Amino acid sequence: MTTQKQGFLQSLWDFFCSLKLSISLLIGLALVSIIGTVIPQAPSIPEEYIRSLSQTKLQLYDKLGFFDMYHSWWFILLLYLLTVNLVACSIKRLPRVWKIVSEPNLIFDEGLERSLSLTRDLKLKGDAASLKDKLTGFLSSEFATPVVTEQNGEIHLFAQKNPWCRLGVYVVHLSIIIIFIGALIGSFYGYKAYVQIVEGSSVSAAQGRNDKMVDLGFAVKLEKFSVSFYNTGAPKEFKSILTILENGQPVPGYVNIPVVVNDPLTYKGFTFYQSSYGPASEGGTFYFTMRERKGGAPVRVAAHQGDMVQLPGGRTMRVVESTQDVSPVIPQLSGPAARVEVHAPGKQPESFIVFRNYPELDAERGGDLIFTYDGSDEKFYTGLQVAKDPGVWVVWLGCTLMVVGIIMAFFLSHKRLWVRIAANGRVVVGGSASKNQPAFQGAFETLVDKMEKL
Amino acid sequence: MSSSLLFNITTLSYMVSMLLFFAFLASRNKGVGLAASGVAYAGWLIQTAAILLRWKESYAMGHGHAPLSNLYESVVFFAWTIILIYGIIEMKYKYRVVGAFVVPFALLGMAWAQLGLSSGIEPLVPALQSNWLLYHVITCFLGYAAFAVACGISIMYLIKERHESATGGDGQAGGVMATFPSVRVLDDLNYKAIMIGFPLLTLGIVTGAAWANYAWGTYWSWDPKETWSLIVWFIYAAFLHARITRGWVGRRAAFLSIIGFAATIFCYLGVNLFLSGLHSYGGK
Repeated sequence: MTTQKQGFLQSLWDFFCSLKLSISLLIGLALVSIIGTVIPQAPSIPEEYIRSLSQTKLQLYDKLGFFDMYHSWWFILLLYLLTVNLVACSIKRLPRVWKIVSEPNLIFDEGLERSLSLTRDLKLKGDAASLKDKLTGFLSSEFATPVVTEQNGEIHLFAQKNPWCRLGVYVVHLSIIIIFIGALIGSFYGYKAYVQIVEGSSVSAAQGRNDKMVDLGFAVKLEKFSVSFYNTGAPKEFKSILTILENGQPVPGYVNIPVVVNDPLTYKGFTFYQSSYGPASEGGTFYFTMRERKGGAPVRVAAHQGDMVQLPGGRTMRVVESTQDVSPVIPQLSGPAARVEVHAPGKQPESFIVFRNYPELDAERGGDLIFTYDGSDEKFYTGLQVAKDPGVWVVWLGCTLMVVGIIMAFFLSHKRLWVRIAANGRVVVGGSASKNQPAFQGAFETLVDKMEKL
Repeated sequence: MSSSLLFNITTLSYMVSMLLFFAFLASRNKGVGLAASGVAYAGWLIQTAAILLRWKESYAMGHGHAPLSNLYESVVFFAWTIILIYGIIEMKYKYRVVGAFVVPFALLGMAWAQLGLSSGIEPLVPALQSNWLLYHVITCFLGYAAFAVACGISIMYLIKERHESATGGDGQAGGVMATFPSVRVLDDLNYKAIMIGFPLLTLGIVTGAAWANYAWGTYWSWDPKETWSLIVWFIYAAFLHARITRGWVGRRAAFLSIIGFAATIFCYLGVNLFLSGLHSYGGK
C-alpha cells in the first residue's frame, strides 16, 4: 500500500518536474491565449457581436468562459500548473547547480582532466614552489584569483569567473513567481474605478467594477478642462486641472494640478488618469455675432443650448448641435463649430453650420443674416480612471529580477581554469566555460600561450 | 536632401545587396559576398541618416518626435533593426551567407513602406506623447528583428537539411548548398539569434507594461497586442526550454523559430490590421 502510494507520489513529482510538461504548458498557453484576442472580452463586448452568435454558440462560449477568458478557471489553472512546474523543476535542479557554484572542484585530478575538452601540458622552468607563485600572480592579473590546494605533493590552482551566472535561470523562475504574487496582491487589495467630474464641481467617490461606488476619503475637483487640436484636426492634448479637497479645503501642493494623458496625478495611493471627456449634459452658452446682409450694426447673440433665442425682425434661432472640432465631420476644416437653426416668419426654417475659425465663410452662404461664431462657455466633464494597486511594486521587482536573470542566463558564462603543478615541474592546464565554448577556446589558447612564456 | 530621397536610396541598396547575395550563393565568389554585405551596411548607414533627418524634419514642422509613431515609421525602423541584428551576428560569428536570407526581409519592409504606406509626418496624439514610446518601440523592434534573423537562418536550416538527406548527407554537393554553413552551425545560430531576441522582447513587454501603468494605471489588461506579445514570449520560452531536451533541436527547433516569427509578425501587423485594441493608432 505504502509503496503504491510512494509510487504515485513519485510519478506525480516526476510529472511536475518534467521539461516536456513545461514545453506543453508554454505552447498550450500560447494557443489558448489566441481565443481571447479573437472573441471580444467582457466588459466591452459589442451588442452586435452577441446578436450575431447562435444560441448554442453563445451558451457554449459562456460555459467555457470565453468572454472573460483570462479569468476563467481553466486558464488560471494552466497558469498555476506552470507555476508548480517551474517550482518543481527548480527544486529538482537547483541543488546540483548550487553545488557547482558553492563547492567547486579544487583538485585537478586525472578524472577531471579527462572530462575537459580544453587541456594543455606545459613545460615551464623552475621548481614547484616558484611556479606556484608565478602562476598564482599570472592568473590573478589575467583571469581571476585562484584557490591554491596542495595534495599528495602536487599543487592545484583553481580560478573561476561568474560562477553565480549559473543561477540565472532560477532567478528568472523566481521572478515569474514574484510577478504572479504582485498580480495577486493587486487583484485582492487594489482596484480600478472611474469618475466623471463636471467643470467646477467635485466628487468624493468613484465607480468601481460592478457599479460599486468606492469612497475615496477625499474629494477631487475639476477646475477646468481643455482640449486642443493640431492644424490637421488630430487631438493634441486633453487637460484636466484638478484640485484635491480634504474636508472641503484644498490640500496644499495639490491645487490646480494639470493632468494630461501620460501624466497622471497620485494622491494617497490613488492615481487619476486622464481617460475621456465630453460636454456636460447641462449644456453651455454659445456666442454669435449676427449682422444683416443689407447693412446695420452687428448684434451679439448668446444662446443657451437648446433654447430658442429671439432675434431682431421676429426671427428666432437655436443651437442644434456643436462640436469642439469639426474636422472628423468635415476634414478640410478644423476647430469649434455649431449648427444653428433660424426661423423667420413665413419662411422655411434654415439650418446651417458656422465655424469659429472661418468667420468669413457664412457670408458665402447667401442668407439674409450673416453669423460669426465667437465660441462657447460650454461646460465639459472629464472622465478619469482611478487606480490603486499596492502590488505594482512587487511586479516591477519581479520584472527587474527577470531582466537580471535573463542577462545572467544568456550573456554571462561561468569560466573555470585549473592548473596542476607536479613535483617534477610538469604543469597541466585545463579549462571549461558554461557557454560559448568555441569563443572560450580562443581565450584559453591565448592565456596558455602567455603562461608558456612565463 | 530630404529623408524620403535617402529612404529611396536605402531601398535600392537593400535590393542591390540582395541580388549580390544571390550572386554570391550561385558563384561562391568571396568578393561578391563581401560586396553584398558591404552594400547592405552602406544602405544601413544611409538609412540611419535618413531616420535622423526625418526626426529633424518633424521638429522643423513644429511637432518634433522620434520617427517611431505610425505604421510607415515602424516598418522603416523594423528594416533598420533587421540589418543591425544581421550585422551583429555576421561580425560575431562570421557567416556572411546568412544575409541572403535576412536582407530580403529588410528589403520587403522598405519596399512596402515606400510603395504602400503613407509617409506623412503626423503629430503625436496624446497617448503617444511619452518618452516610454522610445524605450518600448526600440526594445520591441530589436527583439522582432532578432527573430526575423532567426527565421531566415531556420529557413536556411530546413533547405540545407532537406538537401543533405536527399543527397545522402555528407554535404558533398556543390553549387548553392556549398556556401551554406553546416546544419549544426545553422541550428546553433538560430539559437543564438533567439538568445538576443528573447531578452529584448522581454524588455519590450516590460517597458510596455510600465508605460501602460503610467498612462492608464494598468500594467496588463489582456489587450490583443499585449496578449499576442505574451503568445510570442511563450513560443520562444518553449523554444529555449526545448533546447535542453534532445528531441527538440534541429528541424523541430527550426519550425518553432519560424512559427515564432509568424506569431511575431501577427503581433506586430495582424493585431493592428485585424483586431481592435489599445494599439489601433498604428493601423492606419
